[in-house]
Amino acid sequence: MASSLPSDHVESDAQARSPENPRLGPVGFARFLWRLLTSMRTAIVLLLLLALAAVPGSLVPQRTSDPNGVLQFQANDPELFEVLDGLGLFSTFSSPWFSAIYLLLFVSLIGCIVPRTKHHLEALRTRPPKTPARLGRLVGHTTADAQTDAETAVEEARRVLKSQGYRVERYGDSISAERGYLRETGNLVFHTALVGVLAAVGIGGAFGYTGQRLLIEGEPFTNVLADYDSFSGGTWFDPDTGLAPFSLRLDDFEAEYAFDQNTGLWNPLDFVASMSTREPGGGWTPATLQVNWPLEIGGSQVYLLGNGYAPVVTVRDPEGAEVFHGAVPFLAQDANLSSLGVIKVPDGLSDQLGMRGFFYPDAYALPSGALASFSPYLENTLLTLTVYRGDLGLVDGSGANVYNLDTTDMEELAGRDAPLVLKPGDTVDLPDGMGTIEFERLALYVGLDIHHDPAQGWVLVFALLAVAGLLTSLFIPRRRMWIKVAGPAESGSGVRLEYAGLARGEDPALAGAVADLARAHGEALARKTSGDARLG
Amino acid sequence: MTDTLAAWSLVGVYSAAAVYLGAFALFLLDLAKRSVAAPVAGTAARPVAREAVVQESGTVLVDAPPAPPVVVTGRRARVALALSWVGWIVHVAATVLRGVAAERVPWANMFEFALTGTAIIVGVYLFANFWKDLRFLGTFVLGLAVLLLGLATVNLYVDVVPLPPALQSAWLVVHVLVAILGTGFFAIGAGLSITQLLQDRREKGGLRSGRFLATIPGSEALERMAYRVNVIGFVLWTFTLIFGSIWAERAWGRYWGWDTKEVWTFVIWVVFAGYIHARATRGWRGNRSAVLAIIGFAAVLFNFTIVNLLFKGLHAYSGL
Repeated sequence: MASSLPSDHVESDAQARSPENPRLGPVGFARFLWRLLTSMRTAIVLLLLLALAAVPGSLVPQRTSDPNGVLQFQANDPELFEVLDGLGLFSTFSSPWFSAIYLLLFVSLIGCIVPRTKHHLEALRTRPPKTPARLGRLVGHTTADAQTDAETAVEEARRVLKSQGYRVERYGDSISAERGYLRETGNLVFHTALVGVLAAVGIGGAFGYTGQRLLIEGEPFTNVLADYDSFSGGTWFDPDTGLAPFSLRLDDFEAEYAFDQNTGLWNPLDFVASMSTREPGGGWTPATLQVNWPLEIGGSQVYLLGNGYAPVVTVRDPEGAEVFHGAVPFLAQDANLSSLGVIKVPDGLSDQLGMRGFFYPDAYALPSGALASFSPYLENTLLTLTVYRGDLGLVDGSGANVYNLDTTDMEELAGRDAPLVLKPGDTVDLPDGMGTIEFERLALYVGLDIHHDPAQGWVLVFALLAVAGLLTSLFIPRRRMWIKVAGPAESGSGVRLEYAGLARGEDPALAGAVADLARAHGEALARKTSGDARLG
Repeated sequence: MTDTLAAWSLVGVYSAAAVYLGAFALFLLDLAKRSVAAPVAGTAARPVAREAVVQESGTVLVDAPPAPPVVVTGRRARVALALSWVGWIVHVAATVLRGVAAERVPWANMFEFALTGTAIIVGVYLFANFWKDLRFLGTFVLGLAVLLLGLATVNLYVDVVPLPPALQSAWLVVHVLVAILGTGFFAIGAGLSITQLLQDRREKGGLRSGRFLATIPGSEALERMAYRVNVIGFVLWTFTLIFGSIWAERAWGRYWGWDTKEVWTFVIWVVFAGYIHARATRGWRGNRSAVLAIIGFAAVLFNFTIVNLLFKGLHAYSGL
């Protein structure tokens, strides 16, 4: 839109040429810039630039939606990464140039909504314009004779037009009518609602937060910063007050799969997490969490994003004292849930101990001898562990990632050719007499995404308002109509009537509407005369 | 049972594609015949709109009632249209069968999306013929449909598999159906805009061949038709965006995350928003706005093909 004139308005060549003014003062120059920015032409260019600027965001992995892709890109091509990162391409949608385009667009938009709203409010109060002297040049011009007097014809014209929703005004022996003010109203609502969407998105982003937590069966999660695995809050998010107090617990998880003969993989059919939730002052209450069915609690939403197995293992020293005990989440590597995990035992043994584990829910040996999982179901559960001794890197931070084992400073005790192999309930000796490890049982876990956006309801409200405005502004025609008594009929008795319309904006049905109006008016006059005749 | 129905559905797809190919050939022959029969000077396609200046409200464009385009009731075009209807009915039957076989909506993967998508493109075209005589577009629409349907069936066919949990949502029905419908309207709009550009060149004397253009509406009438169609496409696309956001909030935990598919849906929306503004701006009306509409539809095709096949993103799990 961007222009103080209605959207229906088509700029003429004369208007499009900027007035020649060789010397502009600062105020004049500012006004010139403002007019340039709020012109329709600039708006189109900015829209096209916005579309163009968004494209790189789909070509290059984005930090927000695909952080691993960004790291991978960096590893594959560090030099190109430097260049693209300098341009901000890995966070396209928060880059200065992308922001500049949409901010300019919205300034241009506001600079146009305000004067247009004023203009429209005035138009709503003004009466339909004077009937043109000659209707012949206008759309759907129709003439007809009617056996009635001028006064009746004009008054009937007023009635018919009013009943069709027109605002009417009498000028002499003619009625001037206009309708479709809603078209411009809708247009303004649409554009204002877009500003609302942008504002709500901004506010939601600033005060909202999103965090992830891998939750193992039975372990409670409390909604405090320390209980998240990863967390990102908005600029104005306050972790002391922004986190609603609630707790979650995973009680059970059921997954259902179907075998696909063509791919040999099991496709998931259904994931159901049985949870318990607790809010201040209450006890644990059961709740079900499914994909597409987030859990609503404390003004936040909890989403089910992943699931897997966490073997519960106990490591003991040679004397039998427990030095490690816990459920270790393993990350699924394929659809059949062959999973990878790392067990780190920093204390209690003669050396730091690291184990890299492969978990197979339904193990079978490939012809090559390597193991794989036939299905995601627990049929032939197997855990294999390769064992390393040495520095886990916990002091210098290189070993901080719980899913990764850095073995550069470690000595291999049991390699891939001879790993430790355990079934649930098994206890085996660690190499070199370091102690024992027991695979107690299996726990389940879910990957949770917890999300809070105080303004997302408003985003939806504004988006729906925008749609309502869009539909109104595109499909309600704004038109003017005239019915005029042009003089006595040629036959001598009765009057000659003229009908015509004028489109304001796209209105392909106007000619038909004028014809309908002429017919309706003619019929109304005929009814009236016959009625008068009966009465008389 | 499922396999049998899916197999019959596939037979239907091949039959429909074969009938479409025949219709396409006839539409093409019809255009060729029109080029031979049409008058060189192109007297039939006078510009049909003029401008009037109404004093008290500034400059207003007034559309005169469109001059009726010269109706060429070539036998080939009539038969081609009838064939298209036959092909379409078979096509719709095949699509419905696929849905029955899968016990869900037939648009959960690339092949099915192409199957339903082409059915809707052809459907929109056939029904639009009741509104305006669009037989001159038959070559474009049927050609596009045969190409997409053929490529998808040969390269992307997959057996019926159950829906993964992320797709088990009522929004799959609404969001995707609205997107396909929007695509159908944009396709017809792009066909009209391409014809408009050709027509404009001919009217300005820059086009030697393509004399069939003399038998169809003038460039301004084509532009108005394209606008009507594209505006409906734009509204549907707006709904696609909003429904998609609602679903994304339910399934992925955020209503908007600049996933590759979201990026392209946004790009398409912005391009068509630009198109609508261009239509109301002197200097951008006519050819420039037509080019925007064509770029917009090209982006829709790009979004459906290249983005789905080659780009990484959350929408990818719909499988091929």
